Amino acid sequence: MATLTQARTRPVVAPTRTQDRHHRGALRWVVLAGCVVVALLMLAPFGLMVMNAFKSPADYSTHGPLTLPSSLYFSGLAKFWSYVDFPVKLWNSIWSSAAVAVLGTLLSLLTAFAIGVGKVKGRVWLVAVFLLANMLPQEVLLYPLYTMAQKVGLNNSPWSIVVIFTVIQAAFGTYLLASVLGTFPKALLEAAQLDGANSWRVLWRVVFPIVRPTLSVLMIFFFIWTWNEFFIPLVMLTTPDSQTVPIALASLQGDRMLDVPTLNAGALVSLVPTLMFFLFFQRTLTRGVTAGAVK
Amino acid sequence: MSAPTRVLRAARRRQAVYWLYLLPGVLALTAVIIVPFGLNIFYSLHRWKGGLSPMHWYGLGNYADLLHDSAFWGSFRNSVWMIVAMVVVPTLIGLVLAAVLFDHVGKNVGSRTASLLRATYYLPQIMPVAVAGIVWNWIFNAETGALNTFLRDIGITSPPNWLGSPGTALPAVMLVLVWVQIGYPTVIFMSALQRVDPELYEAAELDGAGWFRRFQAITVPQIRPETYVITLTCTIAALKVFAPIYVLTRGGPELSTLVPSYYSFLNFFDKSKVGYGAAVATVLTLVIVAVATVIQVLQNRAARRDEEGL
Repeated sequence: MATLTQARTRPVVAPTRTQDRHHRGALRWVVLAGCVVVALLMLAPFGLMVMNAFKSPADYSTHGPLTLPSSLYFSGLAKFWSYVDFPVKLWNSIWSSAAVAVLGTLLSLLTAFAIGVGKVKGRVWLVAVFLLANMLPQEVLLYPLYTMAQKVGLNNSPWSIVVIFTVIQAAFGTYLLASVLGTFPKALLEAAQLDGANSWRVLWRVVFPIVRPTLSVLMIFFFIWTWNEFFIPLVMLTTPDSQTVPIALASLQGDRMLDVPTLNAGALVSLVPTLMFFLFFQRTLTRGVTAGAVK
Repeated sequence: MSAPTRVLRAARRRQAVYWLYLLPGVLALTAVIIVPFGLNIFYSLHRWKGGLSPMHWYGLGNYADLLHDSAFWGSFRNSVWMIVAMVVVPTLIGLVLAAVLFDHVGKNVGSRTASLLRATYYLPQIMPVAVAGIVWNWIFNAETGALNTFLRDIGITSPPNWLGSPGTALPAVMLVLVWVQIGYPTVIFMSALQRVDPELYEAAELDGAGWFRRFQAITVPQIRPETYVITLTCTIAALKVFAPIYVLTRGGPELSTLVPSYYSFLNFFDKSKVGYGAAVATVLTLVIVAVATVIQVLQNRAARRDEEGL
């Protein structure tokens, strides 16, 4: 505020009206042009990827990466699709991410209900532990989890990913939901209790309907985060039939058999599911990003 | 039995029920996070090649060895560069982009254009990091990559081998990370700006404050909570960064892009020095917790100062 008062005392040079408007008009377009240039720079890698995904290897080697394909070539896509057995990876990614989204949200809700509504003793410490669990680098859990998964026979199974990420995502979900439920209107809870509702009924008939929007945002986040997860799946899933989409794509790197158009086609195909998901849920998501930030 | 004790006991019973809801979460957390965390510390006190090979008690030896390991120190030096690329630069650019989109494009051109641009900036954020890394790896390729083809087209005869030489690999990785990160602060700052009372701007404008002055005196202090959230989450992410390094450079060339997480991974699986890798991971955890605590304390202090100021 101090700077504001300073500005007030300083003599203000008022520019003449018309000059100002001209100046502003020009500036407006310069600024817009700047924003568009940044947008183009952000899009450039996507553009290059799409351009070269539909180019034949011969076309690529004669004309290089910067030209449009002389004719549309779909064999790169087909080659990638069969080479990595894409439907298997896609299915692994879909069902494991979906399972984490559902189970992680459920686990978050149960734990946060005990902390936020049940006000169990030591809840401040509990929240701190969950927050800390979310902060841990995965490297610190990796080797023990790897040996544990081998012992119980979950290595090379997407189920290991489901178990691990349900807990990791739920740690974040609990932290977020506990603070939301901590401010849950008391009158509603008391009214339900007077009606003789037990805690299970309160959870599903009173709390759940009200926090459902938050839960759906959490579910979308959990799905995308698990889908994009790289480090733990890379170590846990070494057999081709257990891998997820990002791991399959990364394993192609350095494969001399593969040409650049096929690699770009692979990148494009691997991006499509998340892109569709994003466009589908864009509204919910931007709301979610905002909600998380202001907390 | 008197009435008050019955009420008290009923209340306690009601509380006890909630422990049942806590049970699955606490059990799962113990099995997947607390026990592995403890085991990792246990491993770090041993010399162990991993798997079925015998473990040898080494005490704090691994940690002592870290002190003399130049690769370890180098990896943390690179972490500072990761923070520059994932926190400092994107936050500054994101702040400017958000302010320009909100103040200028949103009001003078149209909110449609503003949200379209915002979505464009956010696009790299939804891309799986592995996919982004593979595309960038090819763009940076010395021979056939798009960047060097472009540079040769405009007359530069011997463009650098971006990811292949120690001098350029780190800046190239940083560029990719900036590209990935920009959308996150931009989106959050744009929603933060909607929270700021427009009357503040109107008053300042009447006082003759120019755009930059208003930005500096109103916008920046008003959106400080969001700035802290971004700083905290992105700094933790920068300290943990793994996937971009794995798909772009694998820590090379000559360890010039080595980061702590990749170094512990390298020790676990390439060098079969599990105890040593576990020690690196433990130190990384301590650093992350310390940095997060410092940021949180600074935020609390700033918030308190704000309250007193008002």
